Amino acid sequence: MITGIRRALSIGLTAVLLTFAQSSHGAQTLTVYTYESFTSEWGPGPIIKTAFEKQCDCTLDFVAIDSSAGILNRVQLEGKSTKADVVLGLDYNLMALAEDTGLLSESGADLSAVKLPIDWDSNIFVPYDYGHFAFVYDTKLLPEPPKSLDELVNAPDDLKIIIQDPRTSTPGLGLMLWMKSVYGDDAADAWKKLKPKILTVTSGWSEAYFSLFLNGEAPMVLSYDTSPGYHMAIDKTEQYQAAAFDEGHYLQIEVAALLKSSKNQELGKSFLQFLISNEAQSALPLTNVMYPSIDIGDALPAEFSKLIKPTQSLLLDTELVRDQRKAWVDEWLESAN
Amino acid sequence: MSGLKAQINSALNHWWLPGLLALVVLALITGLPLTALILTTSEINLSGVFQNTYFNRVIFFSFYQALLSAVLSVGLAIPLAQALSREQVFPGRKWLIYLFSLSLVIPTIVAIFGIVAVYGRTGWLNNFTAWFGIDPFSIYGLSGILLAHVFFNMPLATRVLLQSLDNIPDTQWRLSTQLRLNGFSQFRFIEWPAMRTQLVGVFMLIFTLCFTSFTIVLTLGGGPRATTIEVAIYQALRFDFDLSSAVSLALVQMAFCTLLLLLSAFFKHNAPLGFSITPAATVFRPVNKKRWVSFSIIILAALFVVLPFMGLLISAVNPSTVAVLIHTNTIQATINTFIIAVVTACISVAMGIALLISSRHIRIRLAYHKLGQWIQHAGNIILVMPPVVLGTGLFLLLRDFADVFSIALLLAILINSLMALPFVLRILDGPIIQATEHHDKLIQSLGISGWSRWRLLDWPLIRQPIGYAMGLSAALAAGDLSAIALFGSERALTLPLLLFQRIGSYRLHEAATTAGVLLMACLVLFVLMRAIAGGQLLRPIHADS
Amino acid sequence: MLTLDNVSVKLGDLRFSYTLKTDATRISAILGKSGSGKSTLLNVIAGFLPATGGELEWQGKSLLGLPANKRPVTTLFQQHNLFSHLNVGQNIGLGVKPNLKLSAQEWQSVERVLEEVDLQGFIKKSAANLSGGEQQRVALARCLLRKQPILLLDEPFSALDESTRYDMIELTRKVVELHELCVILVTHNADDAKLMNAKQYQLQDGTLKPQTTEHRQQTL
Repeated sequence: MITGIRRALSIGLTAVLLTFAQSSHGAQTLTVYTYESFTSEWGPGPIIKTAFEKQCDCTLDFVAIDSSAGILNRVQLEGKSTKADVVLGLDYNLMALAEDTGLLSESGADLSAVKLPIDWDSNIFVPYDYGHFAFVYDTKLLPEPPKSLDELVNAPDDLKIIIQDPRTSTPGLGLMLWMKSVYGDDAADAWKKLKPKILTVTSGWSEAYFSLFLNGEAPMVLSYDTSPGYHMAIDKTEQYQAAAFDEGHYLQIEVAALLKSSKNQELGKSFLQFLISNEAQSALPLTNVMYPSIDIGDALPAEFSKLIKPTQSLLLDTELVRDQRKAWVDEWLESAN
Repeated sequence: MSGLKAQINSALNHWWLPGLLALVVLALITGLPLTALILTTSEINLSGVFQNTYFNRVIFFSFYQALLSAVLSVGLAIPLAQALSREQVFPGRKWLIYLFSLSLVIPTIVAIFGIVAVYGRTGWLNNFTAWFGIDPFSIYGLSGILLAHVFFNMPLATRVLLQSLDNIPDTQWRLSTQLRLNGFSQFRFIEWPAMRTQLVGVFMLIFTLCFTSFTIVLTLGGGPRATTIEVAIYQALRFDFDLSSAVSLALVQMAFCTLLLLLSAFFKHNAPLGFSITPAATVFRPVNKKRWVSFSIIILAALFVVLPFMGLLISAVNPSTVAVLIHTNTIQATINTFIIAVVTACISVAMGIALLISSRHIRIRLAYHKLGQWIQHAGNIILVMPPVVLGTGLFLLLRDFADVFSIALLLAILINSLMALPFVLRILDGPIIQATEHHDKLIQSLGISGWSRWRLLDWPLIRQPIGYAMGLSAALAAGDLSAIALFGSERALTLPLLLFQRIGSYRLHEAATTAGVLLMACLVLFVLMRAIAGGQLLRPIHADS
Repeated sequence: MLTLDNVSVKLGDLRFSYTLKTDATRISAILGKSGSGKSTLLNVIAGFLPATGGELEWQGKSLLGLPANKRPVTTLFQQHNLFSHLNVGQNIGLGVKPNLKLSAQEWQSVERVLEEVDLQGFIKKSAANLSGGEQQRVALARCLLRKQPILLLDEPFSALDESTRYDMIELTRKVVELHELCVILVTHNADDAKLMNAKQYQLQDGTLKPQTTEHRQQTL
């Protein structure tokens, strides 16, 4: 009891001090804006932090922003005075949009080891992992999942799914683009058919996956083809599986980038390079639950071989996404809500 | 006399100075952001707002849900007020009405948590109805918004209507008994005419409140499905960094708010601000022949209002309580919440007093009653420029100079001060006028002015209401989400923001404890501010004007 | 000598013009119906209302330029003379120093003046607990202690009941004679004027007319 009080007091005091002395500079601090699941205790954040700090003589400070796409909005809102040195967690779709803000600088990273389903030619963004969007289902609640996106769209309305908001979440954006790739101009109609099946639209992936889906609120959730890998490797269960869709799956490549306004350019660059090092990449499959962006050989968990293999990687041009995003989001707001 | 005191003294000697200072501060806090908003519009196409179907739907939904909320709140308040008025004596009546007045200080986000705990997907109600095979009721979307709006506004409407009913002269009731009017005739000829005078006013009030509703719509709106203009502005800014949408919606919102304010100016209402409890009167009431009807209504209403509180209290203690309590985020947020609340209370009450002192001079000594009132109305500017609109303007204004996220607490304090000001003005107006009303010439001839006048003649008389105003504005600021939502982040956490995040990520255990902490914080702040400023601890006060 | 020479006031559509000459130690009573401008006359002398023309002089010096609290004037109002949240001593003390920071000597003088109005020992009593007559006597005590040569009495007896009223009038007459004050009494009751030994004026149509003959009972 006493120690509890003492602990609370010391934490309280620390908090007070932090309020008034937020910028206590010791060694260099590298501030990285990222999404919540990256920094959580089971995510890659703690491992990456320890490993990088061991070699950099600096403090690596992960700041969890509400949601993945929110990271970009956040640095835009903060503008030139942002505290962030690095943004981590944007994806390929947002690259052109992010580049256009003029807030990012070249990574200077050596990307020769990078191995992705597509060729990489950006010198600003460093791709640190990838995967395909997929609907993950609970085999106990849904023994017979839809076999295609179209089957899902036309499924009876009592099949409930949880998706994310394309304005705040990269999976949400991914689904919107997936629908667009499959249905083109008819996407709005498809969304209208899907609408009654959407139990709720969350602003971030964590809420949808952890808080709702894993608690049995819905039998299906928008996530990744890699998600079952975690359940198989860590939870030792095959209860959660990704539904393979005939039309192919939309590709997500997650990227990090350095901000122009950062005062720690060199440190930032070394962090970006570290992200695609063997050490960091080996940590990602079971913490961020995605495919590594370089070949890590045997370090890739065996369970990943049991994952679905998308028949086709769908991907829209990032410039097209930049130009059309607003119109498509409006269309989504209009038809899916 | 110390230097500061001398300065205050000389400032108070010029009757116009405090009010002028307050007006200048108000003009700066609202005028500059408004200018920033308007300057930004030169780059955007305002007519686009009305062509965009999504915006059109948002605007329609804002009116639609406000209309339904107001109709439901007032519609349910009528039978409830009637039942409470016919049953003047029953155990717990006082407490029920007291509970009704709490909706003023309970943070919206806390009540929302309670509502989720009871009516949510896994809440009591759905667990109960599931027994009978009834499909779960979804709290997200329009139904949830309406539920929460009725939860907050039905008690308000009830108190207004009950006040009108209690003001019916005894003689009318005696007469009705002698004329042997039946229940319906009593309603038609006595109760309804009494309530009718207040109906339009309270309807407009609730409509306006719901129209600008932010926290409820943000939390229960269930994504973009059900969004009001206020929330759409927030989303345009925080989700899309879509300045042109944010600005055009902000200006549209200001136009609607002005319109609503002008409209409601026509219909006066007597919405009470205080905690005065209609005494269990010794008044005469005809025999209520349908007591079971009255009591059924009262019990249903009591359950409706009490259950969420019970849901909150019961769930606040759970396996993760200790972990949440000692979590740095919780502690940091609690400290920030207290800072915001205390500073806001000081600023808003200081501004309120400054405005009222000058306005009193104009109204009483110079006898320009209208002018004085207008100066005072300047303090209600937030009704025309709601928090999110003001926040958007502040963001546009400041973003070239500073990172708004690092001054989030300061911005929240500014916005919250303006939000509390209308309440402060309503609480202090009466007492400040009364302190002088009959004595102005005497004060003038004795030459009592400046600091002496404040110390000897104003402070002793208005100290108690000042304490109440401080307590109320501190509690309002502590529980407010709308100001901090725009600028809050992990660097500037407050309890409402933390609670919002925890509800948003469906971590209901953590949310429950956070809600408990926030509720306690509001209570402590309210009691503490009243104790310190008002010089009293728990004495009940009647601050109704 | 208090001189009002065509002191004019505009109140909305009403215009008043007052001319009056009275000795420094004379009691003058202004009689008139309500609305005839009696209170306005006191307000303009006290400085609560600005004059739009004419001249107001006391002992040859103009008063019009002075603010209310700088004029050699003190007023006893019909009611609300006391602040009910203060005690008797504080209410009187305010007339000595508006910041109520009185020296020990000044507090003694407060006690003395209370004796003069037959309220010895009342100094600590709360003003809220006094009867109407007691309140007026406290207020009178304050007027005396302020030592202003001009005392304006604005219907000070009208809110009192019969017996208290006679006592109060008697007391007032006694002390103003003792202190040699220039008194202007405004009343609608000619009886008050008679009992105060006042020279009477009738206020009609905005002007003052001395009443030389028999005192006539006014009708309201």
